[in-house]
Amino acid sequence: MGLFDYFRSPQNKSAALAKERLQIIVAHERGSRRSSPDYLPALKKELLEVVRKYVPIDQSQVKVHLDREGGYEVLELNITLPDDEQRAPPH
Amino acid sequence: MATVIVVTSGKGGVGKTTTSASFAVGLAQRGYRTAVIDFDVGLRNLDLIMGCERRVVYDFVNVINSEANLNQALIRDKRVENLYILPASQTRDKEALTKEGVERVLGELRESFEYIVCDSPAGIERGALMALYFADEALVVTNPEVSSVRDSDRILGILASRSRRAEQGDPPVQEHLVLARYAPERAHRGDMLSVEDVLEILGIPLLGVIPESPAVLQSSNAGVPVILDDGSEAGAAYGDLVDRFLGKNLPHRFLTAQKKGFLKRLFGGS
Repeated sequence: MGLFDYFRSPQNKSAALAKERLQIIVAHERGSRRSSPDYLPALKKELLEVVRKYVPIDQSQVKVHLDREGGYEVLELNITLPDDEQRAPPH
Repeated sequence: MATVIVVTSGKGGVGKTTTSASFAVGLAQRGYRTAVIDFDVGLRNLDLIMGCERRVVYDFVNVINSEANLNQALIRDKRVENLYILPASQTRDKEALTKEGVERVLGELRESFEYIVCDSPAGIERGALMALYFADEALVVTNPEVSSVRDSDRILGILASRSRRAEQGDPPVQEHLVLARYAPERAHRGDMLSVEDVLEILGIPLLGVIPESPAVLQSSNAGVPVILDDGSEAGAAYGDLVDRFLGKNLPHRFLTAQKKGFLKRLFGGS
């Protein structure tokens, strides 16, 4: 703090900016940690492979979601099947 | 019953080894039999900070691989009674730290020590995961800076999900925040995250604030943990931190900018 600092108004509060950015990123990262355990992407990929043996679907048609409610967890699995005419002939 | 404490942070260079060294010295000074282990295989530095680098014969990995026994590898500190250092290996890769091996060595240490301090490497790779896996308590070392705070939050997530306590459903690892390299006058000016800011973001109890201090570099130059320089602010802050860890209710010091003389304020310099 030198002489000239006294005449400079303290507008430039970079710490406030740091705090705001951290609060956002930390909340985001905590959220994704909680909702998706490590094995979810692998689970999704394997499910996709199994369903594809019978029905042609792509990645966006498989939705896997884990919810925590009270003392238990709910694994929600949503596979959107294509319309009949797009379906591959049965084996 | 021995307590295992990991000193961790995620980010490198924030003061983990400095904290491990001073924390272990402080516990031993207060009469507790203490061992401090360097988990940074391949990049050991605790020996340098503790000033025993020329006395390393066997290391942690030698003990894990049964090439040496624990008593051969432990280095007794020459300044403080009750304190032993287990250095990391300098040559092998981190894969040498197996869960079974680390568990066995910790088990042996538990028989003769009251506190076992695990100095974690930076990052979230094997060395860091092994250092925190068996922990009962954790000192999370953070600097008042965005990348350090974010990485600390990541480490808190790992402590809560991937430690043995988490895996076995035991009571969680007890977390303590150590805010290091704090410059009160910069925080006061709004140029640095304040203690309150960091506490609000991380949400874990504050164990100690270590002020930025030239004594830390001087101590590492000399290989004397800074807690032994109790005339310095950083040394005194580590002393308080250890007392608080052991249950004393001490107010936090060095949180406010020191008043400077008129001339110093006029012409600057900090």
